[in-house]
Amino acid sequence: MKASAEFIKSFFISLWFMLLTFPILVIRVNTIEKVVEWRWRNMAFIGIGSFLLSFVWRWLLSRKEKGRQPAETGNVETLPLGRRLLAEPRIYRPALTALALFTIAFPLLFSSYQTNIMTTALIYVMLGLGLNIVVGLAGLLDLGYVAFYAVGAYSYALLNHHFGLGFWAILPVGGLLGALFGILLGFPVLRLRGDYLAIVTLGFGEIIRLILENWNAFSFGPSGIANISRPGLFGISMTLNEATIYIYYLMVALCLFTIFVVNRLQDSRIGRAWIALREDEVACQAMGIDKTRTKLTAFALGATWAGMVGVIFAAKTTFINPACFTFMESAMILSIVVLGGMGSIAGVILGALILILTPEYLRAFSAYRMLLFGTAMVLMMVFRPQGIVTNIRRVYRYGTKGKESRPAQA
Amino acid sequence: MDSVLTVNSLTMNFGGLRAIDSVDLEVRQEQIVALIGPNGSGKTTFSNCLTGIYEPTEGDIFISPTPGGRRRINGIKINRIAEMGIARTFQNIRLFSNMTVLENVMIGRHCRAKAGVLGAVLRGRKTRREEQEIVDRSYEILVRTGLADQADEPAKNLPYGAQRRLEIARALATEPFLLLLDEPAAGMNPRETDELEELIVRIRDEAKISILMIEHDMRMVMSLSNRIIVLDYGEKIAEGTAAQIWENPDVIKAYLGEDFHGDA
Repeated sequence: MKASAEFIKSFFISLWFMLLTFPILVIRVNTIEKVVEWRWRNMAFIGIGSFLLSFVWRWLLSRKEKGRQPAETGNVETLPLGRRLLAEPRIYRPALTALALFTIAFPLLFSSYQTNIMTTALIYVMLGLGLNIVVGLAGLLDLGYVAFYAVGAYSYALLNHHFGLGFWAILPVGGLLGALFGILLGFPVLRLRGDYLAIVTLGFGEIIRLILENWNAFSFGPSGIANISRPGLFGISMTLNEATIYIYYLMVALCLFTIFVVNRLQDSRIGRAWIALREDEVACQAMGIDKTRTKLTAFALGATWAGMVGVIFAAKTTFINPACFTFMESAMILSIVVLGGMGSIAGVILGALILILTPEYLRAFSAYRMLLFGTAMVLMMVFRPQGIVTNIRRVYRYGTKGKESRPAQA
Repeated sequence: MDSVLTVNSLTMNFGGLRAIDSVDLEVRQEQIVALIGPNGSGKTTFSNCLTGIYEPTEGDIFISPTPGGRRRINGIKINRIAEMGIARTFQNIRLFSNMTVLENVMIGRHCRAKAGVLGAVLRGRKTRREEQEIVDRSYEILVRTGLADQADEPAKNLPYGAQRRLEIARALATEPFLLLLDEPAAGMNPRETDELEELIVRIRDEAKISILMIEHDMRMVMSLSNRIIVLDYGEKIAEGTAAQIWENPDVIKAYLGEDFHGDA
């Protein structure tokens, strides 16, 4: 009964589409030979295609509705397969070891071109993890995150250009400057939430970019800064290939460091305060949490990572200009966080790898890249709005139950 | 008995509208005081003034967490007031719905702990001990409020009555001397209301916490309160014990209107 009703609905949809596309896809007037071609085959394609698409769409939606019911009625939910596999030490230990080995061996196995792409992906992993603090944990929609990335990159480029300061000296400085700008942005937007906050942060991002573009005396304007030194290693001189590999390992180490710190932060008193702030601002304050300080730490700690990644980015490309830091970058980083799963470290890593690596490896389809990207986003938001990896809450060890305390991240 | 909260001629204006008109109120140690009144009489505005959400236009609010330690708290920030020891629940439940029950209570412990960013990252022995203490104390409060079985559930999955109790548990975690309950029995069935009554009495007797309660459920107000204060159009129209209020003609008029005066 239900299936046949769905069938009829899809049938009418395909009819409608055939009618709509009839003038464009079926009729072709050949002005040279003065004849009209009737391309009935196109109509059949459209009919079958739209019928199948609409049927599959409906089927997926109904399946999603069904999946939601047991959660509402309070039945015991079985953990998804992936989560169950990862809870089993016999499976996740070898998997982790394999992953670690692969990461270490990557530059030796693949060309330096591939290594370069992977380094870029790791840069976005780190940016995603940083933005995840602000957006995923504290729930502050920040559309100008790229500004902090620019601050880090320019602080290295300028200090290196004018004073010849090295990478290692500037890496923490970039982080600190990022944090400082995070607080600078944080102060005016303390009272704002949601849409308003998004607009102001968007403006902030643009302001930073416009300053870099127009203040020629300070930032060399649109022509950018070239010949930035690569990171050094005890003064050993490296070839381009070796430097690529070195930056790759550097990025891996920094990513691990970020994961470690972010994981600890989100399982701490401060992380909990961020999440509470996201859930309900008034209740959060009524429980004695200082809203000002909590928001500012979120902005500052989020921006720190962007500042540090900026330094690495400048050192990796050896050339930066304001065009590297457009709103498109902010949107990309935000997409990584949303697609991967807000507040989930594993999700953000996965999101970054998917969003950065797929376009690189699908260069054959580069004309359709944005189309595919858009479709993937729409499908994702309809069928899995919580992101690829859902963040389950941590279970604490308490009382007489003596439960195992295990982190939420798998 | 010493007073823990003294409010002197509190007035709150919103533009030209006077929501509260010089109301006096006193809560003594281990008392349950109820604030009642028809809808729109200024009860919630009053509680918002007390907890720092609004800054009162005129008047003074004094608290004495410890005997002798008297302080004026007008216009102090919400979180500072919570730290000083006034905890509250909300008329419309405001839990952190995606956090677990235990975590909700742990947020209440936030202002009694002090681990910072560095502590969180390094996770030294002191931070770990503090964390475990937060967990233990929170669990203990859940046991006392009868929510221990659902400790790992997301708060949004709890039934309505349990969500109300969780709000109280979360407020208790801040170690208050005064608990402000804004319509705690709203939307509860009679059995849940009975359980709530029992919980409130237990909080007062065991934890030695004074309670200021805004409530519509007359049965609960009458059976629990040491003293009742009636507001109407922002003014205090009556104050007294349950029996006195029950017979006060002004109160009957405020609730039922002029016509019922003679009949009641």
